[in-house]
Amino acid sequence: MTARRYIGRAVPRPDAPDKAAGRALYIHDLARPGMLYGKVKFSEHAHARILRIDTSAAERVRGVRAVLTAWNTPELRFGFLRDNLALKRDKVRQFRDEVAAVAAVDPDAAAEAVERIRVEYEPLPGVFSPEEALREGAPLVHETDPQGRPRRDNRVPLRFHHESGDLAAAERASRYVVAGTFSTPRIQQSCMGTAGCIAEFDRRGHLTMWAKTQIPFLAQRDFARALADIGLGDRDVRVVVPTLGGGFGSGLDTHAYEYLAILLAWKTGRPVKIVYTREEEFACLSPRQCAVTRIAQGCDAEGRLTFRRVEVLQDNGAYTSWGATYPSVMMVPVTSLYKVPAVYFDAQLAYTNNTYCQAMRGYGNPEVNWAIESNLDDLARAAGIDPLELRLRNCNEPGEVTPMGLKVGTCGLRECLERTAARLGWRERRAARDGTAGAEPAKRRGIGLASLCHVGGSGRIYRSDASGVVLRLDDFGFVHVLYGGVEMGQGLHSVLTLAVAEALGVRPEKVVIGPTDTANCPWDVGTHASRGAFMACTTVLRAADALRRRIFDLARTVFPAEAEEALRRHRKRNPDDRPPEFDVAAAAARTGAFDLRDGVLFLRDAPPEPWLRLDLARFLRAVHFREGGEMLSAEAFVDPPTQLPDFERGFGNLSAAYAYGTQGAEVEVDLETGEVRVLRLVAVHDVGAVLNAQTLAGQMYGALAQGLGYALYEEVLSEGGRILNPDFRDYKLPTAHEMGMPIELEFVEPNEPAGPFGAKGVGEPGLVPTAPAIANAICDAVGVRLHDLPLRPERVLEALRKRGG
Amino acid sequence: MTPRKTGRRSAPGPRVSARGRRPESGAAARASGSRPAASAPGTTPVRFVVNGAEAEVAARPSDRLLDILRGPLGLTGTKEGCGAGECGACTVLVDGRPVNACLFPALEADGRAVTTIEGLGGPAGELSDVQRAFVECGAIQCGFCSPGMILAATALLAEHPDPTDGQIRDALVGNLCRCTGYVQIVEAVRAAAARRRTAGGAR
Repeated sequence: MTARRYIGRAVPRPDAPDKAAGRALYIHDLARPGMLYGKVKFSEHAHARILRIDTSAAERVRGVRAVLTAWNTPELRFGFLRDNLALKRDKVRQFRDEVAAVAAVDPDAAAEAVERIRVEYEPLPGVFSPEEALREGAPLVHETDPQGRPRRDNRVPLRFHHESGDLAAAERASRYVVAGTFSTPRIQQSCMGTAGCIAEFDRRGHLTMWAKTQIPFLAQRDFARALADIGLGDRDVRVVVPTLGGGFGSGLDTHAYEYLAILLAWKTGRPVKIVYTREEEFACLSPRQCAVTRIAQGCDAEGRLTFRRVEVLQDNGAYTSWGATYPSVMMVPVTSLYKVPAVYFDAQLAYTNNTYCQAMRGYGNPEVNWAIESNLDDLARAAGIDPLELRLRNCNEPGEVTPMGLKVGTCGLRECLERTAARLGWRERRAARDGTAGAEPAKRRGIGLASLCHVGGSGRIYRSDASGVVLRLDDFGFVHVLYGGVEMGQGLHSVLTLAVAEALGVRPEKVVIGPTDTANCPWDVGTHASRGAFMACTTVLRAADALRRRIFDLARTVFPAEAEEALRRHRKRNPDDRPPEFDVAAAAARTGAFDLRDGVLFLRDAPPEPWLRLDLARFLRAVHFREGGEMLSAEAFVDPPTQLPDFERGFGNLSAAYAYGTQGAEVEVDLETGEVRVLRLVAVHDVGAVLNAQTLAGQMYGALAQGLGYALYEEVLSEGGRILNPDFRDYKLPTAHEMGMPIELEFVEPNEPAGPFGAKGVGEPGLVPTAPAIANAICDAVGVRLHDLPLRPERVLEALRKRGG
Repeated sequence: MTPRKTGRRSAPGPRVSARGRRPESGAAARASGSRPAASAPGTTPVRFVVNGAEAEVAARPSDRLLDILRGPLGLTGTKEGCGAGECGACTVLVDGRPVNACLFPALEADGRAVTTIEGLGGPAGELSDVQRAFVECGAIQCGFCSPGMILAATALLAEHPDPTDGQIRDALVGNLCRCTGYVQIVEAVRAAAARRRTAGGAR
């Protein structure tokens, strides 16, 4: 392969100019003729029986077109376990439960109508922690399962388990064993653009949904099921994805508001838009799952890991989303981060009357990574081995098959660890002593690091793990790309553009990415599991290859005639020029004669004469406008070589490649206030190969900010099921100030053979090890181990007090 | 009421003064042809300059500047991220100073000059230097915070042509971004400032 022209460079994104100009259209900016505004009436109790709903006053509000409750609409059941209803009938199980919905001609009328809906409840005792929920005799969140069979307890009927090696023997043989319990909070995805949709039926009953989703095709299936439930089972569903104001996992499920928009549109015959306010987004959109992880790890006298035991308890909330399958990803680091011969993993989810949770970037990995990497530092301390050395001694290797059956291809973990350590000045500083003095006497500084592994070659969590692309060439040399994955800000369209330019041989300006629309794009399982760029490039490489073959095949006949014509024109314009003799027909007949680069078709071994260089657009027109003419396009649909693991046994090669990385932090801890200041961050990641250096850096910086927020600031607080901080005043996102520390990025490029252009997925890894790296640095600075995120000053102080310092 | 960027993280110190009206842009031309202020019951006409062009809108007392920009004026480049002055996505310039359009009463805009993201570019839609720097430095991901961020940065550079990193971060502290970690945004502001100095002033 010749040197790459676009892949690997730092290239601005194609969608940036319109976004900079305020011209990108988000769901908030879209309107349809005759559109109504929908609004949801949410529950006022965490757990209560619904006795009566009085909508008469709401119906009288001027401009109101429909008021829906469970009593005047068909039942729409949805969710990962289909345990959720678009409108609740018998009881509410969380504060945000949807009890009614209104459509009106303007948002004010809709809001007023919602305020006038009166609901009588009979409050029920609730359960607000998984421990409480699993206690004998605890109130049941769901008395029956979706099939109507009685339920005995609050266990979510999903099982995730893994056992490998001889655990008992390994525990006995361990020289050092350290156990601990670690917790992570619910956090909000906090997309700057809130959630919303527009539902519209045409006069044949076909539905179009403009949806803020990461899964247009799974959403299409969900919505089609809803149509079947309202008696429109034979109608078409089209999902169109507008510009997304962020995703971060919040778009991996379909949501009640989407079904309510469908119901309202169906009832009124008008398009209906529902957009959440920020407060609704905080209080009524599912946050990241919280988890409590009990862990024990052991090693022998030389620091070789002997076993790892991890038990996770998750507060699922009242209903089940895809987020309930976090343990399927937790298994990856639990079984496969560092070499561990014996592993025990079990995850349990409990229904509670808290807000139900959903996916977020990292999907289970940060939750257990927090436990593994914190506990590993404690183990190193117990064994008297430097934490870096302990990790290097157990480092994953290329070609390894892990206890879960993950087939590691390339693995740059050792280099990630070494490079991070070098940048932190690890060995020199650790040799000096633990915890160096800070700027002031009451401040102590320390350094820490933590690593991760994650799926890096898509991840099969569904029956299909596929994506598809269509490349369509027009008469002007433009390549129109139809891809079913979602640009949510991460840079998918940038990578698609560069991949097409590189693989097909056109200039990036000639690549046009079409809207994500189930009516036009090939099926795609969704933009999750860091698979966007990996699958986009994989499919593009295949489609571009097919197109190039067809172009070169046609060129054998078309090119010589075009070259002759070009030569004629050339001679006319340059009568004195004596072009070299060259037998075009003979050259064109040879196999592998042609190449296409930057939109110019040429013979590989021809002299560099302008008349022997054919503009792609001209070639395409020649192919099109003739008898038996042809328009060129190619479609590729790729289901990658990934396995749907048996999650009850915890075995299967989930991904086609695995991503690794190490992050380091230097912190300063204030002994008087407990405040932690991160002085610098280092992130060294094995990305396979760089696709677009600029968007890659953007992904990493953004992930680090989320990792920092997860470590220090962010937590959705709730009491008795009610969210206490539904705004940015009380829910702390890192600002430009908090991200003011120096950040060093470095990428390890082992060139993954399973990856397109050698690349692995990178969307999620950047936020996974940030929190433990910071906590390990805190431990280095002040000698206390923190177990609960976020690392708020009062928790640090409390730990310092307990230590007696 | 003094138009002031209100938000918990607003930087201390005075904000920028007006830099004069900008040339009429395509967006402004559209704005001026908007809904006539034939007073519907309960509304008051607001006459102001939007992106260099005169505009008149019938506003209700409860309308926010954000509502009349995004609604009757069709300037949807101004985003609503929180409606409470906490995220800065709706930042626009009023008489050159950055304000949260979600907190600014529409009626207060009467007689003032408002610049939205649509008004930053040149007459043929070319991007301003700050917008270009955001594009070139990779400062834009999902883009929802970008209009507000770019306007906040524009106001900063009008006051401080050569801002320190600290000044840049101060100026942007009321604008939340969930995608970028702010690194490339700060780089973009720095780059725009450097280019402006090399070019000898204005964009």
